[in-house]
Amino acid sequence: MTIMINETTKILVQGITGKQGQFHTSQMLASGSKVIGGISPGKGGQVVHGVPIYNTVEEAMVAEKAEASVIFVPAKQVKNCAFEAIDGGIKILVIITEHVPLHDAMEIMAFAEMKQVQIIGPNTFGLISPSKSKIGIMPNSIFIPGSVGVVARSGTLSYEIVSQLTNAGIGQSTVVGLGGDRVVGLSFIDVLAQFEADPETNAVVLVGEIGGNAEEEASIFIKTMSKPVIAFLAGKSAPPGKRMGHAGAIIERGKGTYDSKVVALKAAGVSVASLPWEVSELVKKALIKKGEA
Amino acid sequence: MKLYEYMAKEIFRNNGIPVPQGRVFTNAKGVRDFVAQIGPVAIKSQILSGGRGKAGGIKFASDPQEATEKARELLATDLKGLKVDLILVEQKLTIEKELYLAITYDGARRKPLLIASAAGGVEIEQVAEELLVKRLIDINIGLQPYAAREITRQLGLTGQIAKEVADIMLKLYQIYRKYDAELIEINPLVIADSQALAADGKMTVDDDAAYRFEKDVPLVEEKTTVEQRAAELGISYVELDGEIGVMANGAGITMATLDLINEFGSSPRNFMDAGGGSSREATASALEILLSTQPKALLINIFGGITRCDEVAKAIIQVKESIDIQVPMVIRLVGTNEEAGIALLREHGIESYRKIDEAVANVVAFVKAKGA
Repeated sequence: MTIMINETTKILVQGITGKQGQFHTSQMLASGSKVIGGISPGKGGQVVHGVPIYNTVEEAMVAEKAEASVIFVPAKQVKNCAFEAIDGGIKILVIITEHVPLHDAMEIMAFAEMKQVQIIGPNTFGLISPSKSKIGIMPNSIFIPGSVGVVARSGTLSYEIVSQLTNAGIGQSTVVGLGGDRVVGLSFIDVLAQFEADPETNAVVLVGEIGGNAEEEASIFIKTMSKPVIAFLAGKSAPPGKRMGHAGAIIERGKGTYDSKVVALKAAGVSVASLPWEVSELVKKALIKKGEA
Repeated sequence: MKLYEYMAKEIFRNNGIPVPQGRVFTNAKGVRDFVAQIGPVAIKSQILSGGRGKAGGIKFASDPQEATEKARELLATDLKGLKVDLILVEQKLTIEKELYLAITYDGARRKPLLIASAAGGVEIEQVAEELLVKRLIDINIGLQPYAAREITRQLGLTGQIAKEVADIMLKLYQIYRKYDAELIEINPLVIADSQALAADGKMTVDDDAAYRFEKDVPLVEEKTTVEQRAAELGISYVELDGEIGVMANGAGITMATLDLINEFGSSPRNFMDAGGGSSREATASALEILLSTQPKALLINIFGGITRCDEVAKAIIQVKESIDIQVPMVIRLVGTNEEAGIALLREHGIESYRKIDEAVANVVAFVKAKGA
C-alpha cells in the first residue's frame, strides 16, 4: 500500500498543452500514472500523448471523474485553476508552479480547507508512489518501490536523498514534496500521519530546511509515532536574514534556525543525519532495530 | 520587497490612516521653510535596514536653523553601510501612548495574522508574549469591525481612541490585501493630542504579486549589483563572503552544498540556485556572474531532473572557451544524460564527479592548496 495515490488514481493535467505540461504528461504516463484528461481552454477535443483535452475541469469530470489534478499553468493563473479544480470535485491537487503570490496561496488554502481538498505545493515536485503512480516532475529513474516513506520541503535535495536510498537498495512507499513556498497546503504532520497509518510504510525520511517552524511542529507529532523517523536538514550554514532560494527558507528574528530544528527533532527520537549520504545508513539501522529490514 | 517609511506612509495617508504631517527631502534646501511652517520636527533617514533609531538615523530639531543643520548632517552619513539619500522631515508629536500593530501571515496556519500590543515603541521581539494580542484572520471573511473592536478591548482601549484604533486596523487590513503585503507594521501607533496616528510605517510587499500594484508603488531595489543581474536572469542568488563560488539546481540542494563546503573546512562565496530546466545560455550567464565575484574556486553541483547533464556540460564548455577561467572548477554531474555530460567534459579536459562528497572534498583541497 501507499499513501494518497496508487495505480487506480485518476489524474487530470491543467495546462497540458504547454511545454512543461506536455513533457511531464508523457513522463507521468511512462511511470504508470493514469492520466485521463488534460485541461486547456479553447483546445477541447484535441489529444496530447493519447490523453483527451477538455476546455474546463467540469467538462472533463462529466466525461470521466478524476480524483487528482496537477497544475502546470503560469503563476498568475494558478489561483483560478486551483479554484476550478477544487470547485470541480478534485480531492488531491498538486501545484507545480513556483512564484504563486502569497495572498493567492492563502485564498487557495482557505477554499481547499472548506472543501476538504489536499493541496501539494505550490512550488513542489509533486508526489510519487513508485511503480504505481506519479503526479509531478521528478525523474522516474531514481525511485524504486519499497517501504520507506519520504516527505520533503525541497525538490532536488529529495532527489539526492532518494537516489542514495535507491542505490542502497531501499525502496520507497510514497515520496511527497510539500513545496518550498511560504504558504503550502500539506504540512509534515499531515503526511506523517498518513505514513503512520499506512501498513506498508515501515520508516519515514523527513527532508527539511531552515526557516519557519514546520520541523519543530512535526517533532511534536513524531513523539506519538510508532515508526522510526530519520531526518536531514539543509541550511546549517545559512546566514540569518537571507532568503536561500525558497521563499520560506529564511532565518527571521532568530527563529527557524538549523539548531532549533535539530534539537526539537532529536528530542522526539528522530535520527538526524548531519551529512546527506548518512541517511541511507540511518534508515537501514532503524529498520534492523525494528526487525523489518 | 521592502518599502521606505515615507512610501508606506503615503499609502497609509491615501487609504485614510492618519500620519504626521511631513515631507521628503533629498537635500537640506527647503527644510528651513518647511520647518518654519510646522514647528519642531523629527528628521528621519530613509533606509531599509532596521534599528535605524539606535544607529543615529533619527534626529530632532526645534527650529528651522537646527533642522537645516541636522538634515545636512544626516544626508552626509552612512548608516549601517547604506548611504542616506533621503530624509523624512516630520512634525514632532507629543506622545501620550505608544501601541504596536502589524498584519502579516502565519505560514503554518496558512492565514493572515494580526498582531497588536499596548506595549509599542520598542522592538516587538522584546515584548513579552502575554502582552501580545494575536488573531488569525479568515481570508474569505477578512477583518470585520467586531473583530477589530474585540482586539481594542483586549488592548485595554476605550472610548474615542478605541474607535480610532479599530478603524486603523480595518484600513490596514485593506491595504494588506490591496498591496499583497507580506508584512505591514506600525510601530509605534501613537496617541498624540488625543488622536491615533501612525508614527512609523514598515511595509514588505510580495515580489511575486508586483505585477498587480507596480503602477502604484515605485519599486525599490535593495539588492547588490550582482544580485540584481542574477534576478534579471531569473536566477536565485545571494551574496555571501566566503571563498568558493557555487552553482547548483534547486534551493534545497544548493543549501546542502553550502553546508558541505563549510563541513569540509572552507566557505561559500554565494548561494546560487540556477533552477531546473535552465537553458544553455542561461547556465552560461550564471557562470559568468559567478566568475565576476572572483571566487577562489568554483563548484558546480547538478542533479539533473528536468535539467539535462549534457546541456549543462555544453554550457560549461562554452564559457570555458569564451572566458579565461583563472580558478579551479570542480563539477558534480548526476541524473538525466549524465554519461553524455561527463564524456563531453572529459573531451575538453574537465574532470567531473558523480559523488557529491568527492566533488566538495576536491574543491576545498584546491582552495587550501592555494592558500598554503
